[in-house]
Amino acid sequence: MKDITLGQYFPGNSVLHKMDPRAKLISAIIYIAVVFTSSSAGALAFLAVATVAIMLISGIPISVYLRGLRPILFILALTAALNLFMTRGETVAFEFWIVKIYVEGINNAILMAVRITTLVLGSCVFLSYTTSPIALTDGLESLLGPLSKLHVPVHDFSMMMTIALRFIPLLIEETDKIMSAQKARGSDFSSGGPVKRVRALLPILIPLFVSSFKRAEELAVAMECRCYRGDVERTHMKVLRYGALDFVVMASLLVLLSAVIAINIFVPIYAF
Amino acid sequence: MTDHTVNGAPFIETRHLSYSYEDADGNRHPALRDVSLTIPKGQFLAVLGHNGSGKSTLAKLLNMILLPDDGEIYVDGELVSSSSEPDDATVFSVRRRIGMVHQNPDNQIVASVVEEDVAFGPENLGIPSAQIRERVDAALAAVGMTEYALGSTSHLSGGQKQRVAIAGIIAMTPECIIFDESTSMLDPSGRRDVMDTIKYLNRERGITIIHITHDMSEAAMADRVVVLSDGEVFLDGEPSVIFSKPDELRSVALDVPQSTSLLHELGGRIAGFRVPDRTMDAKSCASYIKSELERLGLAKRD
Repeated sequence: MKDITLGQYFPGNSVLHKMDPRAKLISAIIYIAVVFTSSSAGALAFLAVATVAIMLISGIPISVYLRGLRPILFILALTAALNLFMTRGETVAFEFWIVKIYVEGINNAILMAVRITTLVLGSCVFLSYTTSPIALTDGLESLLGPLSKLHVPVHDFSMMMTIALRFIPLLIEETDKIMSAQKARGSDFSSGGPVKRVRALLPILIPLFVSSFKRAEELAVAMECRCYRGDVERTHMKVLRYGALDFVVMASLLVLLSAVIAINIFVPIYAF
Repeated sequence: MTDHTVNGAPFIETRHLSYSYEDADGNRHPALRDVSLTIPKGQFLAVLGHNGSGKSTLAKLLNMILLPDDGEIYVDGELVSSSSEPDDATVFSVRRRIGMVHQNPDNQIVASVVEEDVAFGPENLGIPSAQIRERVDAALAAVGMTEYALGSTSHLSGGQKQRVAIAGIIAMTPECIIFDESTSMLDPSGRRDVMDTIKYLNRERGITIIHITHDMSEAAMADRVVVLSDGEVFLDGEPSVIFSKPDELRSVALDVPQSTSLLHELGGRIAGFRVPDRTMDAKSCASYIKSELERLGLAKRD
């Protein structure tokens, strides 16, 4: 099994990998704005080209992206079909038995399909494929830092994320152990109806919860022993710094955003 | 072996320390009774005792996770802990000076990346970033884990995890480290690595060590052994003295390997006889005694 703490992170050396996590979060937000403002044919084409360019820059094999799209294929097909058949418009593209397909429907279907695909691909590039969860947590803590003045416990949330990431592999290992132990005593997890199967999970969940509470308590003591006091006068080993690169990427995305808006306004072609 | 007990000034002093746990019905069970110990700077102290002897309670009191019902703890001559609630600054300074490594290696590692975990303590102390970097690198080098610095903590063996935990404490530059049964969950090779690290920290860095264990061979490496039984100090002395009393140890459910007690007995009786700081099986013990006697000219060579 792939290391779950890395999520879908692919270590690498590309420009995107070297970016500050905060800059990547901001870039992702600008990118999402681009996706939702692109509404004309020209803008969508421009967006598609830009997305492919970003994917190539990341240095991650295209097959990985295609695999990433697989879980959303169904949603993609469904939204496209719904748009195609349900949209009522003025110009009928073609008619077959009781099915009437309008040009507007075709437009909408294409628009939604491109939007969903680019949205998933783009946010994957910035947030999961080129950024490790730990870096993402650090970036979030730093970006949301100002909220702590409004008494939002930003540091505590980030510490919880860090600890969760640390303990997920441990809990998986432990679940495996408990399952083996229960199987050795004759438990059966793989037969019977849904109710029976859920009931069979109880003897796994209860020991797992008990040991998790015990772990949590021991960890709390260990953290206190290491002088943890929450966010009181705490420093960080790794200091996040924006570099020239981060500004270049964020600026390029802003240019992309203005380009898409301009195309929408000046070349409002929707039909094909 | 260097004798730290002679020239070391007292670092930790406990006076008439008592502590009792309260169970669900409100009954109190004494865990520690009137324990008075003086631990000099730079000493390697082993605390021995079977389950429920109060040895872990002692560790928790020294680290101020628990407060005593009665008695006081002095660090460097300064009163830090008594039955009254201490102020946060005192607790903070005691924990900075006296680090603690716990039993379960998994439940004391906070971060997913080795060097980030080592940095956790110094970050809590509010040390500037550049200095944390130096401390982390030095601490990982001291425990021999430099090559794993960027690795994931969940892929390490138990002994390696425990060494990372030790590095996390060293990075806080404590004067004393308490090991609360830190070797009990490790395999023999992990145990050996951790004990080597402990010895290195004590001998080369002059860090005071309080090693809580029920393993005789580990206690044999210490400068001084304190045996706890039913919350009281039962025996206190050099390992050779303690191990020459097998009957008394057996009475508190501790058993000395025969070879160890024989070697310690010989060490006490024959001038110049070197007692090895590891346990041996019967065969290697016999050949060791033979070679020592030959070295001292007390037996003829073959």
